[in-house]
Amino acid sequence: MSEIKEQVLTQHTIEEIDKWLKKYPEDRKQSAVLAALREAQHQNHGYLTTELMDAVADYLDMPKIAVYEVASFYSMLETEPVGRHSISVCTNISCMLMGSDEIVAHIEKKLGIKLGESTKDGRFHMKCEEECLAACCGGPMMMVDHVYYENLTPEKVDEILDALD
Amino acid sequence: MSDDQITIEVDGKSFPARKGQMLIEVTDANDIYVPRFCYHSKLTVAANCRMCLVEVEKAPKALPACATPVMDGMVVRTQSKIAVDAQKSIMEFLLINHPLDCPICDQGGECELQDLAMGYGQDVSRYNEKKRVVKDKNIGPLIQTDLTRCIHCTRCVRFGEEIAGLREMGATGRGENMTIGTYIEKSVDSEMSGNIIDLCPVGALTSKPFRYSARTWELIQRDTIAPHDSVGSNIHVHVKAEKVMRVVPAANESINEVWLSDRDRFSYEAIYSEERLHTPMIKQDGQWHEVDWETALNEVKSRLTAVIQSQGTDKIGALASPSSTLEELYLFQKFVRALNINNIDSRLRQCDFSDQSSAPLYPSLDIDIAELESIDAALLIGSNVRKEQPIINHRLRKAALHGAAISMLNPIDYDFNYPVNSSLIVSPSAMLAQLAGVLKAIVSSKGESVDDEISAYLDSITVTAEHEAIAKALCDAEKPIVFLGNIATAHPQFASLRNIAGSIAKLSKSKFGYLSEHANTSGAWLSGVLPHRTPGGNAASSTGLDINTMFESDLAAYLLLNMEPELDCWNSLAAQQAMQKAELVIAMTPFQSEAMKDYADIMLPVAVFAETSGTYINNVGTKQSFSGVSQPVGEARPAWKVLRVMGNYFDMDGFAYQSSTDVLNEAEAAIGDTAANTLNAIASFQVIEYPTADIERITDVPMNNIDSICRRATALQASSEVADGNAHINSNLASQLGLVDGDNVNLQQGDEQISLPVLIDERLPDNSLLIHAGQTAAASLGPSYGSIRVSKQ
Repeated sequence: MSEIKEQVLTQHTIEEIDKWLKKYPEDRKQSAVLAALREAQHQNHGYLTTELMDAVADYLDMPKIAVYEVASFYSMLETEPVGRHSISVCTNISCMLMGSDEIVAHIEKKLGIKLGESTKDGRFHMKCEEECLAACCGGPMMMVDHVYYENLTPEKVDEILDALD
Repeated sequence: MSDDQITIEVDGKSFPARKGQMLIEVTDANDIYVPRFCYHSKLTVAANCRMCLVEVEKAPKALPACATPVMDGMVVRTQSKIAVDAQKSIMEFLLINHPLDCPICDQGGECELQDLAMGYGQDVSRYNEKKRVVKDKNIGPLIQTDLTRCIHCTRCVRFGEEIAGLREMGATGRGENMTIGTYIEKSVDSEMSGNIIDLCPVGALTSKPFRYSARTWELIQRDTIAPHDSVGSNIHVHVKAEKVMRVVPAANESINEVWLSDRDRFSYEAIYSEERLHTPMIKQDGQWHEVDWETALNEVKSRLTAVIQSQGTDKIGALASPSSTLEELYLFQKFVRALNINNIDSRLRQCDFSDQSSAPLYPSLDIDIAELESIDAALLIGSNVRKEQPIINHRLRKAALHGAAISMLNPIDYDFNYPVNSSLIVSPSAMLAQLAGVLKAIVSSKGESVDDEISAYLDSITVTAEHEAIAKALCDAEKPIVFLGNIATAHPQFASLRNIAGSIAKLSKSKFGYLSEHANTSGAWLSGVLPHRTPGGNAASSTGLDINTMFESDLAAYLLLNMEPELDCWNSLAAQQAMQKAELVIAMTPFQSEAMKDYADIMLPVAVFAETSGTYINNVGTKQSFSGVSQPVGEARPAWKVLRVMGNYFDMDGFAYQSSTDVLNEAEAAIGDTAANTLNAIASFQVIEYPTADIERITDVPMNNIDSICRRATALQASSEVADGNAHINSNLASQLGLVDGDNVNLQQGDEQISLPVLIDERLPDNSLLIHAGQTAAASLGPSYGSIRVSKQ
């Protein structure tokens, strides 16, 4: 069994999961499920496969369906193939008042995709409907690959996205 | 205890309650109706449907009765404006996404949502947006999903986790997009999965075999007893136009609670199988002819009399399935013994009869089924209780989850849905020594002495840490039990195993029970369908041959009741050959098969479980009588009537019964006291040699291959719990033999060689080969255990 798990989850992912497991009691391995799924998703360039979720379930001694439930619940976890750079533009009230709708429109036009879609070249993915990311004083803002960018303008967005591979 | 007692007021009346009870438990106990979808008394509280909102004084808002603990002096109103408004609002939300497809929904007429919508729903919806649609998922041959109808009560999810012990269903997605399902395409494989059909309050999960075959209001509900395991689950049979349409559980807290195994739920399909025998048939000059009952019974009389006159009664054998009713079995032995035939047996899957004279009155469980929940240690010897007696396994599971140490000694590493304390997985020939290791550990830890014969055998046994762990678990327990399962009964060293197991039970002060196989195994023993005992366990004046000796003795005639020898017996090949060699085989059978047409001479169509009145005695000794609930197909008649008329044809005395109750009364009087006294029913110890073998055969009877009915139930046969036609070996043996998955191997036990594909099965010990029983693919193989020759093709 362990051989199969190692094939699916990389050594690095397992090390990261193990770090999280140390934070919880030994008989409460499932507490690490969110962290484990995040690492597994990271390893796979931004989305989870059934195989990865099964490997996490085996590693944490959880029923597979319980892992599917978690993965399908949280918006930061993707269960379908998506582009490798994840763009989340906040459209909640503060950002909206500061012009986030234009930022979304600009990115949609620039990449030729709608919210929730990925570019054909697999480079970018726009998250569906991002709720407040708690950076209201810097609105409009977006998160790209876990990094916050604030006080956005269309030019600034171009600069940020063009710098990515 | 009195501290626990409090008083609450509901709708102006005072009711006693216990501290910690939920409000809904009190209202349910006092027949005060509170609507609900997600609450179920056998499941944990989820409080997610909110339908049970009631007004509680001093609470600012309506509270869910299922998740509100009672408090002394609490004042509750279930019918007030606040309560009813809240319930109506909830119903409006529930109906937002629920489709209006009641006219084509199988749940229509028995739907909790439909009923409550009548009481609490509005006639007009204020919701104009699109309704949510969920794609159906295929979750196997038993359960139909229509998940658009789902109201997310999560009863099915909780059932999987809490009762089946196997989380297969889950709630994936979030909010509007939340769906119940398995997420991936997979079948739900629990042996109890059908219960989620009953639990589902709407039409999201319905019975696949029953689908679109009747409306619920056309059905008449009649009660009977489930026919496929030794538990005797209570069932409601739903009948339309005298035809069984479906089976659902009837509540009986002391037996099956509110649950039913899939086998007992879906086996009814076989009643209308194409292989049902509709008319009596006789074979003349190799041709089968349909005849009327009179002709058939005259033929039985003349041909049986001819064999008796030419060969003598010693050359006749009588075999009955222990899934027959008590009345059938009692009359069968009465008829047979009236003809002076002593060769009668019902122990179809047993081979070691050496200690039969000291066997208990019947293979009793030795403990009430409900009491199993409170045991704190158990040793199961040769049992796959989870599949063989799912209801017993459910009780054991509850005990295990409360900390009971349950240990196993098995030749197959079966999957159990609870933590197993210790598991000894060895080849069948090593089971006795392993069991003796446990006994030796108890003997040395307790400083007790055992009989000289056992003591001499124990000298050669090495005790391991695992033996000591099992011994300690049993000895430390307050309420331990030792069980012999079906594999132990079928084991070539059954008597030795039984003896050692009994000694373990005695020394560890455990109860000592048998997990018997069929619905009426107890009844077959008590009614004397045995070569050495007459009804009530009295010694037969002349002991006849046991089943396997019959097969070896070239008998001239066989009388069969409800069985297919080539599929139901310990030695399939011997059974088949014995039938073929016999000059007369009379089969009282609900089904005809090609094999039976080959060896039988007269086939008499008899009724199956729902079609006949009768009695089953379960493994606790509980007698449960029932009436016929549907018309027998064609000319088929209840076997007790057939046997009664056969008695009349043979001019026997005492066959003038008016009803099956007359037969039952006579049988009960003959049986008398039914205390099984398992602990004291043990002979002196001797080691029966295990047949030497390079590769040992192991036999497992898959739950849906156990009898002729299950084998013909279409949906059950499409499930995963069936004989698979493979030769199972572990990877060690596979590499020794140079085999991989899917290779064909030649297998031989007697004269005939068969070829089966290999399946690598790591549940098996080394040098062992497992073939499922109850399948035609294995009908040409010999003994269930012992040596099997394996060669690469």
